[in-house]
Amino acid sequence: MMKKSSFASKLINSPYILWSVLFIIAPLIMVLYYALTDASGAFTLDNVKGIADYSSTFILSIGYGAVATVISLIIAYPFAYFLAHTGASFQRMSVMLVMLPMWMSFLIRTYSWITILGDSGVINSFLRIFGIGPLPLLNNGAAVILGMVYNFLPYMILPLYTVMSRMDRSLIEAAEDLGASRLSVIRRVVLPLSVPGIASGFTMVFVPSVSTFYITQKLGGGQINLIGDVIEGQFQVANNYNLGASLSLVLMVMILICLGILRLFTDSDEGNGGVLI
Amino acid sequence: MRTKSSPLSRLYIALVFVFLYAPMAVMTVFSFNGNESTYTLHGFSTQWYVRLFSDAVTVNALKNTIILAVVSAVISTVLGTLATIGINSLKNKHVQSSIMSVTNIPMMNPEIVTGISMMLLFVFIGRLFSRSDTLGFGTILIAHVTFQLPYVILSVLPKLRQTDPRIYEAAQDLGCHPVNAFFKVVMPQIMPGIVAGAIMAFTLSLDDFIISYFTNGPDFQTLPIHIFSMTKKRVKPDMYALSTLIFAAIFILLILMNIAQSKSEKKQRTSKEEAVL
Amino acid sequence: MKRIASLTLCLILMLSLGVTAFSAEQVEFSEEVTQYYASLGLQGTKLNVYNWGEYIDTEEVDVLSEFERLTGCTVNYTTFESNENMYSKLAGGGVSYDILVPSDYMVEKLLKEEMILPLDYSNIPNYEKYFDEEYGYLVDDEIDGKKISDYAVIYNVGTTILIYNTNYVKETPTSWSVLWDEQYKDKVLMFNNPRDSFAIAQALLGQDFNTVSKSDWDAAAELLKKQRETVHPTYVMDEVFNKMESGDYALATYYAGDYELMHDNNPDLAYVLPEEGINTFYDAFVISQSSQNKKGAEAFINFMMEPEIALANAEYIYYATPNKAVLENEDYSLIDSEAVYPDYSEIKNAQAFHDLPNDTLQYMNAQWMKVKGENDTTHLYVVFFTCLALIALTVAAYLIHKKKMKKYYEV
Repeated sequence: MMKKSSFASKLINSPYILWSVLFIIAPLIMVLYYALTDASGAFTLDNVKGIADYSSTFILSIGYGAVATVISLIIAYPFAYFLAHTGASFQRMSVMLVMLPMWMSFLIRTYSWITILGDSGVINSFLRIFGIGPLPLLNNGAAVILGMVYNFLPYMILPLYTVMSRMDRSLIEAAEDLGASRLSVIRRVVLPLSVPGIASGFTMVFVPSVSTFYITQKLGGGQINLIGDVIEGQFQVANNYNLGASLSLVLMVMILICLGILRLFTDSDEGNGGVLI
Repeated sequence: MRTKSSPLSRLYIALVFVFLYAPMAVMTVFSFNGNESTYTLHGFSTQWYVRLFSDAVTVNALKNTIILAVVSAVISTVLGTLATIGINSLKNKHVQSSIMSVTNIPMMNPEIVTGISMMLLFVFIGRLFSRSDTLGFGTILIAHVTFQLPYVILSVLPKLRQTDPRIYEAAQDLGCHPVNAFFKVVMPQIMPGIVAGAIMAFTLSLDDFIISYFTNGPDFQTLPIHIFSMTKKRVKPDMYALSTLIFAAIFILLILMNIAQSKSEKKQRTSKEEAVL
Repeated sequence: MKRIASLTLCLILMLSLGVTAFSAEQVEFSEEVTQYYASLGLQGTKLNVYNWGEYIDTEEVDVLSEFERLTGCTVNYTTFESNENMYSKLAGGGVSYDILVPSDYMVEKLLKEEMILPLDYSNIPNYEKYFDEEYGYLVDDEIDGKKISDYAVIYNVGTTILIYNTNYVKETPTSWSVLWDEQYKDKVLMFNNPRDSFAIAQALLGQDFNTVSKSDWDAAAELLKKQRETVHPTYVMDEVFNKMESGDYALATYYAGDYELMHDNNPDLAYVLPEEGINTFYDAFVISQSSQNKKGAEAFINFMMEPEIALANAEYIYYATPNKAVLENEDYSLIDSEAVYPDYSEIKNAQAFHDLPNDTLQYMNAQWMKVKGENDTTHLYVVFFTCLALIALTVAAYLIHKKKMKKYYEV
């Protein structure tokens, strides 16, 4: 693009590279440092060994995260597809409406789910009219998953919508003209073309779901303890920064592995996690 | 072609919106509750709106949250756009992809790890300069900009890649200064990406709790931290009143924007038609 | 679009800078008091206060702006949600606070670690005037030869209590053991913090709350695990208000003053102080070691003991106050509350929390994680296998799809 501007490009890149090194790389080195030292600063592997106690929590967290992500995908995919086929002004409005709930603190939105799901909550009060219930909707794994899906659904919808709306419509029309059924159009044309969106959405929902702690505390009623709770507990309650750091490190590596596996299947060669909005 | 959405798909879109806005509805109803409960209704009152605005701590937290969101969104949009241009102009694909990998780290990293690692870094830097008050507005701002950057870059980059470099070169050949040419030629083309990135950055900042929680200091408390600290006493309907007000304000704004936009589109269309005639 | 967006952004920013709370009614202080605070020379200084959330009156009387008005000192007010959270923020470094409001055991910990400064009582004249010596025994202990009362001024006092809903619980319970009664399965709320929850089990076992014996903690953890398996308690903090007021739950454990708040909204609730013993606690003002404005901090503590201010706070927080002026005030609505002001002489086995050694603390935390963290294993497998199956399904579908595509292209 800029022919004589390799100096200029360096100039323009250097603030960002400096920023990245200072505030992305350096903090991670700090985590690594804490993970491999004890409270007095001496090198130790005890923290890494201590992780073994939490292996089941790790698996459970990954499981919850995966389930929440898959459910989000199932909800968001048709939504994005349908939305991409509506009028332009409706689309614009809807995209803003999808983002709008995020402008209210996620704490307060999660909190209000208690009001909806509780034994005297909105749903159970409604069911009571028909003599049903109260159903145990709160303080269990399902409520936690619901909280995750609710909170992170916009992160799935937005990238999916972006790929769908950018999709070349003539491809779909061509497939239809060639006699493909609606379902096979979706399967053969829309689905493969939306893979980058799925990959982005997956990342943006899976990562926060795996590491959440507020949702489990409020909607899980302390019944479900995920890795986010444990890490938060190490830093905020037990004051064991070193174990907390090593747990964070493992969480990070596990997430990277999961995303790496995902990348294998989506073979998105763009290398930038796909698209956003 | 564009408006072939079936009633069924409209119903589905509506249902997803009901899911996304159910907590909003609950908040609105309970913000008029007669007593302190956010769970069961006891008559109607507007006391929570009055109390909200007499509560200096909450008002201050709200103010901080908005200031932080605006300032961090502006910084990350400018820095992110510059970085995108820089990254895009890199010729060495290896360097480019490694910079992109680093860029993606804050997005792939669980927020809790980002927050903790930032806190560890800031405290470490503080120790180097033997200062005990490093955490504050500056650190929370840096943290927010850092985790917003990948989102800004990911929404600007695709737009930048779509632009035709030849137009930019042509402008320069015609005697335009490179900087001028950039603002006149490239900028308008990538503007939608920049706006989208800015809105996303603003939204993420408003919604963030975990990163703020670990990097805030004594002089700067955001609304989510304020809400989280109510864990021992109680979250009262005044928080719902606040959310309702924010929601109403944004909703009205959104509708106004949409009306203005569709009006200007109509104008364009009619003027085009006139030109054709 | 751009213009509108940037315009709104500017508008929002301007608005937010302009917004200030409608100030609550100003308190009329006597000339003497006004002059005292004005003469302290705190104008232009700043004070960093770190308090519990919702632990100061901001509605009836805006305590913080009253202090600012009288002294000319700017208050940076931030809040925390637990002692541990406050401690870790402090110990993590990078922050410097002036005023902290830890509870009893945390005061001892901070004192032990030399993180707080001794108070100059000549700057807190209200202490002598208004502090009710009846509560003095709480801060009488010495830590490493340093008397707690030289470092801390009590803000509020309270106990843990057992709250029950008379619609569910017909016989007045007398013991914590009712929380283990399977008849109330799924209807029990427990503290979602280790120290308070363990204390209940420890009271039942007749242990010292501050034991350092691992076997004691093991036994208490065993008891809590048994409770979790049989009664399925929900572990909550502030949700206890909504859940007890709505009548969803039969039994709960929380703090005495909060019971009064709940009772105001649901008259079916009642409380007992179980015979095995309860925990008594206090929250106190201390001055952080890193304080930059010690004089301002002392003025703040003094100000919090002004009768008008102390009354406003007591009415807002609903915990017992050690302020004589409030206790003698006829307008004080809680003075007759037996839950808030129990007859301490009749309470048997009341115990306070003390600072535990680090290894005991870590052991307790680990045990607590185990009590709560041993997720129902069937549950775990269900989740794990569903997601495995889902992943396998998608992968298989994708691979088949890919193969088909390949064949298609080859053809």
